[in-house]
Amino acid sequence: MEVLGRIHSFESFGTVDGPGIRYVIFMQGCPLKCKYCHNRDTWDFSGGEEYSVDEVIDRIKRCKSYIDASGGGVTVSGGEPLLQPQFLIELFKRLKELNISTALDTAGSLKINEKIEELLKYTDLVILDIKHINNKKCIELTGVPNENNINFAKYLSEKNIPMWIRQVLVPGYTDDKEDLLNLKKFIISLKTVKKVEILPYHDLGKFKWENLGEKYPLADVKPPVAKEIDRAKKLLGICKENHKA
Amino acid sequence: MNFIEWNGFKTGNWTKEINVRDFIQKNYTPYEGNADFLAGPTERTKKLWEEVLELYKKERENGGVLDASTDVASTITSHAPGYIDKDLETIVGLQTDKPLKRAIMPEGGIRIVEKSCEAYGFKVSEKIEDIYHNYRKTHNDGVFSAYTPEIRAARSSHLLTGLPDGYGRGRIIGDYRRVALYGIDELIKGKKEDFANTRGNYMSEDIIREREEISEQIKALEDLKKMAESYGFDISKPAKDAKEAIQWLYFGYLGAVKQQNGAAMSIGRTSTFLDIYIKRDIDEGKLTEEEAQELMDHFVMKLRLVRFLRTPEYDELFSGDPVWVTESIGGMGIDGRTLVTKNSFRVLHTLNTLGPSPEPNLTVLWSTRLPVGFKDFCAKMSIKTSAIQYENDDLMREYWGDDYGIACCVSAMRIGKQMQFFGARANLAKTLTYAINGGRDEVSGKQITPKFAPVTSEYLDYDEVWEKFDQMMEYVAGIYMDALNIIHYMHDKYAYESLEMALHDKDILRTMACGVAGLSIVADSFSAMKYAKVKVIRDETGLAVDYKIEGDYPKYGNDDDRVDEIAVKIQKVFMDKLRKQKTYRNAKPTMSILTITSNVVYGKATGNTPDGRRAGTPFGPGANPLHGRDTNGAVAVLNSLAKLNYKHSEDGISYTFAIVPNALGKDEETRIKNLTALLDGYFCQLSHHVNVNVFDRALLEDAMEHPEKYPQLTIRVSGYAVNFIKLTREQQLDVINRTIHERM
Repeated sequence: MEVLGRIHSFESFGTVDGPGIRYVIFMQGCPLKCKYCHNRDTWDFSGGEEYSVDEVIDRIKRCKSYIDASGGGVTVSGGEPLLQPQFLIELFKRLKELNISTALDTAGSLKINEKIEELLKYTDLVILDIKHINNKKCIELTGVPNENNINFAKYLSEKNIPMWIRQVLVPGYTDDKEDLLNLKKFIISLKTVKKVEILPYHDLGKFKWENLGEKYPLADVKPPVAKEIDRAKKLLGICKENHKA
Repeated sequence: MNFIEWNGFKTGNWTKEINVRDFIQKNYTPYEGNADFLAGPTERTKKLWEEVLELYKKERENGGVLDASTDVASTITSHAPGYIDKDLETIVGLQTDKPLKRAIMPEGGIRIVEKSCEAYGFKVSEKIEDIYHNYRKTHNDGVFSAYTPEIRAARSSHLLTGLPDGYGRGRIIGDYRRVALYGIDELIKGKKEDFANTRGNYMSEDIIREREEISEQIKALEDLKKMAESYGFDISKPAKDAKEAIQWLYFGYLGAVKQQNGAAMSIGRTSTFLDIYIKRDIDEGKLTEEEAQELMDHFVMKLRLVRFLRTPEYDELFSGDPVWVTESIGGMGIDGRTLVTKNSFRVLHTLNTLGPSPEPNLTVLWSTRLPVGFKDFCAKMSIKTSAIQYENDDLMREYWGDDYGIACCVSAMRIGKQMQFFGARANLAKTLTYAINGGRDEVSGKQITPKFAPVTSEYLDYDEVWEKFDQMMEYVAGIYMDALNIIHYMHDKYAYESLEMALHDKDILRTMACGVAGLSIVADSFSAMKYAKVKVIRDETGLAVDYKIEGDYPKYGNDDDRVDEIAVKIQKVFMDKLRKQKTYRNAKPTMSILTITSNVVYGKATGNTPDGRRAGTPFGPGANPLHGRDTNGAVAVLNSLAKLNYKHSEDGISYTFAIVPNALGKDEETRIKNLTALLDGYFCQLSHHVNVNVFDRALLEDAMEHPEKYPQLTIRVSGYAVNFIKLTREQQLDVINRTIHERM
């Protein structure tokens, strides 16, 4: 039977999730419960709509002129894309045939299995969100331990798969000095990191929680100001040279 | 022909006949480098610009109009010379004797002039009133003496809107470069030959009209010489250097805006032409880069000072104070060389030296083959100022060659060889509601068209409605063309653009430039009928006044063929109906999908539509999707737009794109790269036009509250740039609500 993907939405002009202009596919369903989630509406496994690989490929092909002109590609985000590996294997295989570069925007929140291993063979870049370097705090922030998250990074490093590391900077949650220094240490231990990004927490996704009748957990947290972002960047040792894909 | 002023130029056909393109091709130097060579503004420029800003401020404080010249009907020679600051200006000439003092041009219509004056606290002199009420018929009088009851009804119900029946039609570009290259005497000589050759075996009406027109053209050229003389210049001979070339060219344009209050008074494609003169002077050591920039700055400053006196209603329709001094920049030649020169950079650089401005309407003719350095500079300036629009040169070159320019927003025409009869637009959304209601207006309930059979079923049936819509389009196309034929007959008769036409060849292509508004609404309505269910809600008289949509349907603007194909079909079918009409002077019917900002006014006049749009809410501008209906990001919208066929809209397909800086990329370098890639990706699909706005919602909201902080904030609406603070509050909200592509 044809494998279908459960998809939340599409963004045909992604410019921040990978190099160049990206066709971004937001997969539906996520095992994490991050308090700052700006895509709260992607959590529910039964939400979204089902699409065949052909349908998605057709949409992407229409954007190829932009992708080619910019050195861009396709980024699969979510939700947690690793939940639907078979669909993505088929999709990425087809993209490789079309000579379109592939990226996976994930929190590595699943244990690596055969399917995920196969998927990574067709993945040019992993954009890996490190939820929290401190396990206890990770559970507090996301509802789950960071074990899979950390092991995923190590696996990418071992298999020589390029990655961008991201950390969402949430004041009071992820901005502790020692945590950031530990994160830096961990990043240095990885061989294939091409870029490290601080994503300043924002509350633009708040309305999505409210639409679902949910209480927004970080109602009291203010987005970090420029000074706080700079401080975090310095602690992580992010300098210009690092900003290369 | 041979002139000492041409020393150093390569000769060619252009020295044997009037042929500016040949002059450019033989003499221009393509520039493939980057923007590093550019120089900043001189002290003189800064000082002069300060004075202009002060004048702008006074104009604003005075309610939008600083002063008006109400005792004389404007002609090429009607006003004494005027200056901003004579000692500082390197390029001179104003429409009247003082900067920002507006002239009146009653030949379009005296009532409009009176209304415009009154609205701003002025009064037309008794002498002028007497002349134009009692002795001299105007264009406006002419049109209304011939309009049919059907046209009047369609006009007042807003089925047809914005028709140039009370104001100058504009959208004619004189080849002002001819003044600089040949001098007036040579042009008059050519026109005299044309005159002698305009006769046949039978003195038909066509020949009589043409002979009269050429006589008028010769007189206009003589007047232009006199006007230049009053500023101390003899323009009978060609310009001898860069400064004179700019001055001569500008005098040509100035004469046109003294004579005509056209809806759009575009300047053409001048910067690469002027580069030839500038480069000759620089090579000979007569001019420095700073001085070259100063000349361009002062030229552009003059273009920013052009003003017309118009009614507040007109301004409400078209926003702010538009002149559409469109300058077309760049593009590629048919021989494969780029037409980008250093002066293409200089004219864009005025956005730095003088700051952003809606005028002149800087229009880059984009080709995927443009030099990278130029593409990057354009993208950089777009991100910084939002003051550039882009049109597809790779597409238009096939139609119009490599010496066309854009009139107004998106109307391409070969310079000096083609003009258009501007036709505003028909409201397709109303055409649809009329089809459903048998020709009754959905707001007033009045019978506007002859009685057609209305739809009587509870749910709209796609095929039935399409058939009725098709019939209604047939009717609308007919009365629309009737109206335009009357308008342009009268405009030629009572308000002929003798100077602009003097700067054209004798035999030209005329287009009858029709237009449509509401395309996305009609496409979505039919999509709703096909893929969801549309229930009709009728009032007690049986008039369909609202629609209830059951289920979801594909919406235009998401790169979804199911609905985009409907839009393409409507475009072709309506154009085919226009093609069937007989036109005044055998003009070739064309069509634009462009509203500028009139989408707001159209929306106000249009009731609930079967796509679920509420009565009174704005249409999407131009060929944009309706606000908020595009949910798949910017590229998907561009792809929907690119499906529309230029062949069926040769007068242009406008798309206005707004994006917040962060959504273009994280740093400037990335943003430039992504914007150029976006343009390359869009235009390689044979799409036509895009306005690029890069700004924050927060910034616009602040500008609404504190206009004084943003005197120069420029935004682009379909085909045109305006000062944000000059928009009405409704238009400002429309701009803010118009899809700003933000990525959460």
